[in-house]
Amino acid sequence: MRYWLVILGMGLVTYALRLSAIPLYGRGDVPPAVRRALRFVPPAVLTALAAPAMLRPAGGVDLSLTNLHLVAGSVAALVAWKTRSALLTIAAGMAMLWALAAAAR
Amino acid sequence: MRDPSPRAEFAAGAKAEVPVLFGVLPFGLIYGALALQAGIPPGAALAMSSVVLAGSAQFVGTQLFAAGAPGALIILTTFIVNLRHMLYSASVAPYLSRLGLRWKMLLAYLLTDEAYAMTITHYQQTGTPTPALPARGGAREDQRHWFFLGAGATLWTTWQVSTAIGLYVGARIPASWNLEFALPLTFVALVVPAVTDRATAAAAVAAGIVAVLAHGLALRLGLILAAVTGIGVGILTEWRTR
Repeated sequence: MRYWLVILGMGLVTYALRLSAIPLYGRGDVPPAVRRALRFVPPAVLTALAAPAMLRPAGGVDLSLTNLHLVAGSVAALVAWKTRSALLTIAAGMAMLWALAAAAR
Repeated sequence: MRDPSPRAEFAAGAKAEVPVLFGVLPFGLIYGALALQAGIPPGAALAMSSVVLAGSAQFVGTQLFAAGAPGALIILTTFIVNLRHMLYSASVAPYLSRLGLRWKMLLAYLLTDEAYAMTITHYQQTGTPTPALPARGGAREDQRHWFFLGAGATLWTTWQVSTAIGLYVGARIPASWNLEFALPLTFVALVVPAVTDRATAAAAVAAGIVAVLAHGLALRLGLILAAVTGIGVGILTEWRTR
């Protein structure tokens, strides 16, 4: 019983956060400052989600060439820049990671 | 030329999520296995995947359940871990403003990290928040919310199925495959095209640095700190270069 109640509470707060701004938008004017700020949400959030997996794969910050995740991630970024294809980017990054791990063994 | 019909938008959204699924699937398996170990009844663990639908919050919640934490603390922690969804909500709101309340409530439920990432990229690449399109019902009406639904539904299904498999076999994909690395790679694939000028580049770099430095903070607070810093640096850069 305890599990179900807590899970319901977790779901309610998560849903409230996700819904928050959506029904309010359009009721009254959105300040231009807010509109300007929203443009930066995707680049900021996406980089924040990706960067730790590349630069701290094992916990500590690792900027060396022996950090396979950083090398593979950099190759993936290059592929993303050249091709703009998510599938090719992921394929290149994973292939690079596996190749480097096999070579390092 | 993009086909703007509902069916084509839905299919495009589902297709856009496919690369992400390689990263999401192992997380779902691991969540299912961990939830069992933590002593959560399988039915409740499965329900968490559809009621909460947020990977990192479910992992943190599972840990806290295992530690015997009070329910109020677990709910408060979930709130903090998922604060970033307020940013996503504000970010997609302009594109959804013309929809009815039912659509808004449904799409808000599906607003996960991965669905947000794909959908906002699609919206930004295909036009402005309030396109000057003909009245409702017209053939050229904006149907991009179907893309959102396609992406969200694909992710939802994968999450439920992978959780169920994780619960059933309690096993996991060999750690040596590093499949979870496909998730950050997806975010790389999305962020690179989103960097279109100096201000967005500055926002991305600042957020990345803060995220790496603050990664040790509890409750994924580093993520929200990084996002807010990145947004601030982006605004400042734009303001200074004007």
